[in-house]
Amino acid sequence: MGRTIAQKIFDDHRIGTPDTDVQVIRLDAVFCHEITTPPAIVDLQQRGKDRVFDPARIKVVIDHVSPAKDSKTALQGKILREWARRHGIVDFFDIGANGVCHALFPEKGFVRPGYTVIMGDSHTCTHGAFGAFAAGVGTTDLEVGILKGVCTFKTPETICINITGTLPNGVFAKDVILSVIGRIGVNGATNKVIEFAGPVVDAMDMESRMTLCNMAIEAGGTCGICAPDRISVDYLWPFIKDEYDSPEAALADFSKYLPDPDAAYAQTIDHDVSNLTPMVTFGYKPDNVKPVSEMAGTRVDQVYIGSCTNGRISDLRIAARVLAGKRINNTVRAIVSPATPKVYNQALEEGLIKTFMDTGFCVTNPTCGACLGMSNGVLADGEVCAATTNRNFNGRMGKGGMVHLMSPATAAATAIAGTIANSPLYTR
Amino acid sequence: MKSFSGKALFLDRSDINTDEIIPAKYLTEISRDALAPYLLEDLKFDGFDPTADIADKSVVVTRANFGCGSSREHAPWALEVNGINLVVAESFARIFRQNMFNCGMMAVELPVDTIDKLFSTFGGHDTTVETDVDGGTITVSAEGMTETISFTISRFDADLVASGGWVDFADANY
Ligand code: SF4
Repeated sequence: MGRTIAQKIFDDHRIGTPDTDVQVIRLDAVFCHEITTPPAIVDLQQRGKDRVFDPARIKVVIDHVSPAKDSKTALQGKILREWARRHGIVDFFDIGANGVCHALFPEKGFVRPGYTVIMGDSHTCTHGAFGAFAAGVGTTDLEVGILKGVCTFKTPETICINITGTLPNGVFAKDVILSVIGRIGVNGATNKVIEFAGPVVDAMDMESRMTLCNMAIEAGGTCGICAPDRISVDYLWPFIKDEYDSPEAALADFSKYLPDPDAAYAQTIDHDVSNLTPMVTFGYKPDNVKPVSEMAGTRVDQVYIGSCTNGRISDLRIAARVLAGKRINNTVRAIVSPATPKVYNQALEEGLIKTFMDTGFCVTNPTCGACLGMSNGVLADGEVCAATTNRNFNGRMGKGGMVHLMSPATAAATAIAGTIANSPLYTR
Repeated sequence: MKSFSGKALFLDRSDINTDEIIPAKYLTEISRDALAPYLLEDLKFDGFDPTADIADKSVVVTRANFGCGSSREHAPWALEVNGINLVVAESFARIFRQNMFNCGMMAVELPVDTIDKLFSTFGGHDTTVETDVDGGTITVSAEGMTETISFTISRFDADLVASGGWVDFADANY
């Protein structure tokens, strides 16, 4: 039997098998942010093991609550900052240069096909869009990753989701992944890797692929992976041009991580999107998904466009296209958080920021902000938010708040209508 | 090795996520002990009252996909600082399960039928769980009823429990 992408990556990185079903793999990168890393740092200090395996392979950002909102978040930043300095970690992104981790690190070219990456953050699966194995882990795994550059995983079984058909106008990667999660459930890929394949994925740009892979965890998946191809090589080319003679040569090299034609999948699901409509969540679980049309007219208090799922430049462009020349409804408040300084700058140059402001949006600095309900847009009890984020858990954006997940196009249309609404980009 | 025995807390719902176990707003805490009062604060279902129901419990018995969502290890820590080192469930989310063993705690999976039986026989009663880690059994008892159930954890997970977690194990072996 042939091998999946994840199996090939594991075979290249395995350094131990402490049990039949457990593999210890070598890590190419360990990513860190200020929420889950400080407890690991403090624990390492307490154990007398304040060391790092390789400062060049550790990438650090303060992104979740930035600027610090109180003394406690300031302390988290301080611990991280001092630790990065102490160990000579060069790739440290502090306020002014910081952005949402899973948008910032790809932009910096930190992920390559075939890489193994961990981070103390469940949406680390995003980086699988580059043909890497990238997984969210807890603080102890992160701690060992920092110390030793290794992590354990069960032998990864893979579900192949073969996305076929043609995406209708106004239906986006976010709608695709919501429909997939609605189909397989929040537990549908637990302990498994999801390979996103098929003509629809092949045609997607890297930002759309990141949106797909970002939400693999919402179906329980360890990682979402897209096979490396010319599109990923072109995205990475500025970072790899000194390593390869040509993009063709890079692609030929990365092709060793393509899945074999007879790869052994735990399951293959054909998912035809030709009749897909824009989707939205309705409950407190990301698999509670319905077409927007069935939820149309649902009142919202806040609209939030941002996060590692949909805070990239293509997302802001789509939202601004829907918003241009309009005003947000006077019953809602709306916030946009460009995911990184680069996205913010591009949005400024392209006039998108002006569009957002003219329509009545508040524009914040790059940060996770409202997504996890820690700052920049927390809901009051009983309030409802239309959000381009990835989690609608009870209390996620503030105690007693309700979050409806949707694409940037739908969120923008909802801001104008004041209630959940399909965007005019959806023409069916 | 930690203690895995004591009174049981029955949580009769699937897909309890880590935001419900410990809400994000408490992630600013650096010390684990500070999480103690907030365990399961946002978990809402009929018949559950976090303030009254958690006190003096040492074992959680629950349904499928426990610990899904955010990777926060604050979830096992919030259990740990409340004296809960064992969760028995039909299944776990991957990161949560790994976090438990990484901390030298136990996440034990039992078949659906067994979990159903535990809920129907012991749910709502003052129930105690005695765990024999080496023997791989839990003995559940309440008001004259007793049931001994075997479980299996992998050799690797057992090593983590015995050595108190993954940091020391990894530093010694890799
Ligand atoms: S944007 Fe939201 S989901 Fe993404 S890393 Fe930040 S808090 Fe997590």
